Amino acid sequence: MASVCFYFQVHQPWRLRRYSVFDTGHNYFDDHKNGEICRKVANKCYLPANRLMLDLIRRHEGRFRISYSITGTALDQFEKYTPEVISSFQALASTGCVEFLDETYYHSLAFLYSREEFSAQVDLHRKKMQDLFGVTPTVFRNTELIYNDDLAYVINEKGYKGIVCEGADHIMGYRSPNYVYHPPMNPGIKLLTKNYRLSDDIAFRFSNQGWSEWPLTAEKFANWVHHVNGNGYTVNLFMDYETIGEHQWADTGIFDFLSHMPGKVMEHTDNNFKTPSEVIAAYPSVGDIHVPYMISWADMERDLSAWLGNAMQSNALHEIYKFESMVKKTEDPEIISDWRKLQTSDHFYYMCTKWFSDGDVHKYFNPYDSPYDSYINYMNVMDNLRTRCRAAIGQTVDKLEMV
Amino acid sequence: MKILMLGWEFPPFISGGLGTACYGLTRALSQENVEVVFVLPRPVPAHYSSHVRMANSIDNIEKWTAEQFFSEKELKDIKDFERVSFRTINSAIQPYQDPSTYKQAVAHNGQQESLRLLKETLVEHTKSFTIEENKSAGGHYEGDLYNEVQRYARLASLIAMREDFDVVHAHDWMTYPAGLAVAAISGKPLVVHIHSTEFDRSGENVNQVIYDIERQGLHCADAIMAVSQFTKNIVVNRYGIADEKVSVVYNAIEKSGKTAFTDVDAPIKSDEKVVLFLGRITMQKGPDYFIAAAKKVLEHVENVKFVMAGSGDMARRMIEMAAEYGIGHKVLFTGFLRGADVDRAFRLADLFVMPSVSEPFGLVPLEALRNDIPVIISKQSGVAEVLNHVLKVDFWDVDEMANKIIAVLRHPPLQATLREYGNYEVRKLSWQQAAQKCVEVYNKVLTAGVKV
Repeated sequence: MASVCFYFQVHQPWRLRRYSVFDTGHNYFDDHKNGEICRKVANKCYLPANRLMLDLIRRHEGRFRISYSITGTALDQFEKYTPEVISSFQALASTGCVEFLDETYYHSLAFLYSREEFSAQVDLHRKKMQDLFGVTPTVFRNTELIYNDDLAYVINEKGYKGIVCEGADHIMGYRSPNYVYHPPMNPGIKLLTKNYRLSDDIAFRFSNQGWSEWPLTAEKFANWVHHVNGNGYTVNLFMDYETIGEHQWADTGIFDFLSHMPGKVMEHTDNNFKTPSEVIAAYPSVGDIHVPYMISWADMERDLSAWLGNAMQSNALHEIYKFESMVKKTEDPEIISDWRKLQTSDHFYYMCTKWFSDGDVHKYFNPYDSPYDSYINYMNVMDNLRTRCRAAIGQTVDKLEMV
Repeated sequence: MKILMLGWEFPPFISGGLGTACYGLTRALSQENVEVVFVLPRPVPAHYSSHVRMANSIDNIEKWTAEQFFSEKELKDIKDFERVSFRTINSAIQPYQDPSTYKQAVAHNGQQESLRLLKETLVEHTKSFTIEENKSAGGHYEGDLYNEVQRYARLASLIAMREDFDVVHAHDWMTYPAGLAVAAISGKPLVVHIHSTEFDRSGENVNQVIYDIERQGLHCADAIMAVSQFTKNIVVNRYGIADEKVSVVYNAIEKSGKTAFTDVDAPIKSDEKVVLFLGRITMQKGPDYFIAAAKKVLEHVENVKFVMAGSGDMARRMIEMAAEYGIGHKVLFTGFLRGADVDRAFRLADLFVMPSVSEPFGLVPLEALRNDIPVIISKQSGVAEVLNHVLKVDFWDVDEMANKIIAVLRHPPLQATLREYGNYEVRKLSWQQAAQKCVEVYNKVLTAGVKV
């Protein structure tokens, strides 16, 4: 028996506008660009992909099942710019074949810096899921699949039944990602590990004509899934939802592939589709996995270096969390909301210098010309926010502080 | 392969990037097994060089092996110049100075100083040429540079007749007439190398005589090398040259021999941050944008000083501008710096800014990066094409320049990241790559055959 477990990540950050040290306004976000990107991705991905998923669920009479994790920042932007995306997700939710996962509302790295803030953002997200989709998630995914044993402990305490994480070679060792595991000392919560080979075949290699398996057909992929039969329980296909239609454009054939693949997979009657909580309920854990240090699903390194790889990133992150107590003391919802939007991991990703010299794929997602420009812009905004905080709680500031 | 290279300056007799570039390029070519005969004017007055044994002197032409040339110039890299030899043409032009100051200048490593003065006089002169050419009275130098260019062409042709070579390679407009003459006499292909155009130097007020010389050289050459895509675009758009005729050959920087500072040069400590401008204070280099940005910065931060190192026809105007803005006490002018003083300026600086209006390449940012100084450069520069780990601004965007200056001064992590990656990036640039690109171009013109 092999189950295919789809989880799609849906996320849009609040991109900052150009904000110089001479700016004093309190509008930090690029309304025009955020709206434009939202509408573009909605038309290329969210709306047609949701239509396809709804169609698949109906066609297979409920046997096709999937899951999503949608960030609060994405949902807020859909509500503002493209409300039809919200209703199409609600339509999916009402089929009962779609599971929604929880994560930090702001797609933040709060777990690394403030447990209090982390917990608050998880609660906010859970509330949002209840309000919009009428469900209470039981499986958790952390930002960028950042994970370690400690996170499992905290998430277990918060009452979740499972966590999804990266099936990175260096933590899996000889073990297959196609089984269910649990964290050490916490047998009450289960781990679903991403099968990154099969996930990346769709997410990254699908349109690569230099790839020896190109073109990837539904038959071929179904066959690979079938090979897992007898060697595992589940094939965890975790990827960005924007893969469908945005990273892999419609003309690559991605929609046709996804339209046919479920049918082909279920031609082998042993195989089926399950959501993460169904996988957890159906299969026992085969053992524990120790993850003493942080892993993620990013890049070859599968570590934190995409957000914490240089002095600027580490400085910006430390600074934003340093005035948490001051922000909360203001009790000003606008200040708190702006501060939280600044925590979204994308802001720190833009500051990454790892591959900057080679001009690689990261450029595509980056609104800035250089990681330096992004840091300068971010620090100017943060500076203004800090000044607002001080003013709100009655501290005075005159000149710019020199470090 | 043997190249007859026509240059105008060579270290230590330099006033700008051209000499530095020729030095790096010929050295790398030598290592690529290319023989180079380098022809250049020798603007040292006769009485100073009288102790030099002339290896072979005919018609004011001297023949030097690299060893002789370098021992004279006290340079140490002889072995890297194995396949390079020099032919110098004694120049009639001498610095316009009175004997006593000249002696003083010589005593203090005066060669550069005298050449600099000479160059400045010449540049100054060529700029005012069209205006002054009808005034016969005060024209000590009237036409001298053009005469000199023509004389250089004649003598270079004489040299060429006695040499055996495959390609003529001419650097910048002063040597183009010589390049054309030599190519015509020898029937060898001509490659012209463009380090700067008249549009870079003079904006829209081009000197027509120089433009015509440049245009003729570019059109008659078999191939053109430009120091950047930026310069290539000017060559294509402003001189009407076919795109495929121009190859981009980026400049590089010598691997630094001097790393550790000596005791005498102990680090200069100060509570105040220092933002450095280093270069000729001329329209091309955008000094006025630097002052305007300084004013903006000083409205928001206090403990910072702006240092302008260099000289040029806009220096006085800049002093006045700083005074008008009420920031005279925060802007320091050092005058022209050389040698150890340049290093000292770099060590003093927390940030280097090159706000050039039009910079074909721009070697100084590379110097700054090699000295571990964070760098802001204008997007209107060739060097912006090869550097990622620097901050880039449009030269006219004074607000953004000030924004970035403040950011670097305020955020040590930004300085650290720029320094770390910038220094690494600059070490990846090599003259060897430039030389290999030259060899490609030589091979191309040699296989294409000579244009009749």
